[in-house]
Amino acid sequence: MQDLRGRTAIVGAGNTNRWYAPGRTAFDQLSEAAHLALDDCGLTVRDVDGLFCSLSVSGLPVLNVAEKLGIRPSYADGTMVGGASFIFHLQSAMLALNAGLCNVALICYGANQASGGRGFTPMPDPQPFEEPWGAIYPVSSYALAAARHMHQFGTTRRDLASVAVAARKWAQLNPAAHVRDPLTIEDVLAARMISDPLSKADCCLVTDGGGALVLTRADRAKDLRSEPVYILGTGTAVSHRQIAAMPDLTVTAAVESGAAAYKMAGVGPSDVDHVMVYDAFTITTLLFLEDLGFCTKGEGGAFVSSGAIEPGGSLALNTNGGGLSCNHPGMYGIFTLLESVEQLRGRAGARQKPGAEISLAHANGGVLSAQATAILGTAATL
Amino acid sequence: MSVADPRFDHAGPEEAWRTRLAEGVFTIQSCAGCGSYQFPPSVSCRSCGSVRVALVPQSGDAVVYSSTTVRARAGGYNVSLVELPEGPRMMTRVEGIEPEEIRIGDRVAARIVRRDGGDAIVIFDWCGRP
Repeated sequence: MQDLRGRTAIVGAGNTNRWYAPGRTAFDQLSEAAHLALDDCGLTVRDVDGLFCSLSVSGLPVLNVAEKLGIRPSYADGTMVGGASFIFHLQSAMLALNAGLCNVALICYGANQASGGRGFTPMPDPQPFEEPWGAIYPVSSYALAAARHMHQFGTTRRDLASVAVAARKWAQLNPAAHVRDPLTIEDVLAARMISDPLSKADCCLVTDGGGALVLTRADRAKDLRSEPVYILGTGTAVSHRQIAAMPDLTVTAAVESGAAAYKMAGVGPSDVDHVMVYDAFTITTLLFLEDLGFCTKGEGGAFVSSGAIEPGGSLALNTNGGGLSCNHPGMYGIFTLLESVEQLRGRAGARQKPGAEISLAHANGGVLSAQATAILGTAATL
Repeated sequence: MSVADPRFDHAGPEEAWRTRLAEGVFTIQSCAGCGSYQFPPSVSCRSCGSVRVALVPQSGDAVVYSSTTVRARAGGYNVSLVELPEGPRMMTRVEGIEPEEIRIGDRVAARIVRRDGGDAIVIFDWCGRP
């Protein structure tokens, strides 16, 4: 895989920034994002011959999106592993582009779960061994992981709350973030409990949204009008479906996806300037910081409560405000990549990490089930 | 004459498990290939891939691995993961103690009950704290 380092570029990025948009379907959000991403690099849907998509509302995403956009892809991948799908797609697109199976790859997503009136996206497949117990999907599964981390390492609710507070402080620097009101540790601790130890403020937002990326081989990227961002490394891993089957609730398969991405990129955590991890719940930020090597296992609580992940801290993390404060349309993973691209292009405004050259985007799917890591870099990192 | 592989002629693993449970016997699967145990039941062993897996009765002893109180409008109720002595974990409900009082490491014991719809399920009664 090291041979593929830097051989593929993200040339187009599209984000609808419509977090509550009544009257739009999930496909409308996706289509708008796709056009924004293609406009970004000066290509059109006529150029797209590789289609990569996944939606909560569609069992046949590739067919629906191809029809709606008028694309006849020669290569397509509708892998559905929840919110991690888009980094699985990124890896698949990289391989397909370099194998010559396609020349312009479009990765796209849309959702209307907030304005569509259905609340949380429902569990996508029946789980007969979970159904009798009334666990709230997916909150209770993450709550069980949080409770175990607290038991094993002494992590506190206050530690978890500091993740939500840091996300909010970043969101206050991002004019596109959905929720920007001040938030304190005490607010998080006093919020209504959903599934102990997670309160409403430990849970991500429920929003609409659409996001898309356009990829080409690196040689072609130079001829396009946008500033390319290069794929330095990717890694994916799957460990279970139901939370009861997770081998250890305090260790995710991000250990494996991260190791693969670092190996391909030839870098380690200390080389990374900017980090996006999927914060579906406060506990997920903490677990991924540990599993991706930004702090040691069990010390995530102390790390996040030290101020390290707030604006001005030692680690520029989830700078858009994350799923906790910027947006969470249900499958947030593509927005980790979009914010990494913003940062590496130096277009992140007040939240910009100065001189960011290498960014790590990590996405999670299911209930800590699927993990995918991408390491992106500017031209200077090639 | 069937052309299907006779090794898979037996009932599907979930159906077989439910049948034993309805008879009052809580089982998990044991693998004749590597000796490991698993739950939920599956066609093959998740450790070694052998298809020689069979249901074996459980003592019903378990330990709470993790636990949450779900805050419903009508009141809180428990959802736990319990770990069986052979290793597998399962999602369940612990009864006989207030949901907020359950702690990781507490000892629990299986009890088969009937849901409103008539299906048998396995809940666990709180037994004590080591």
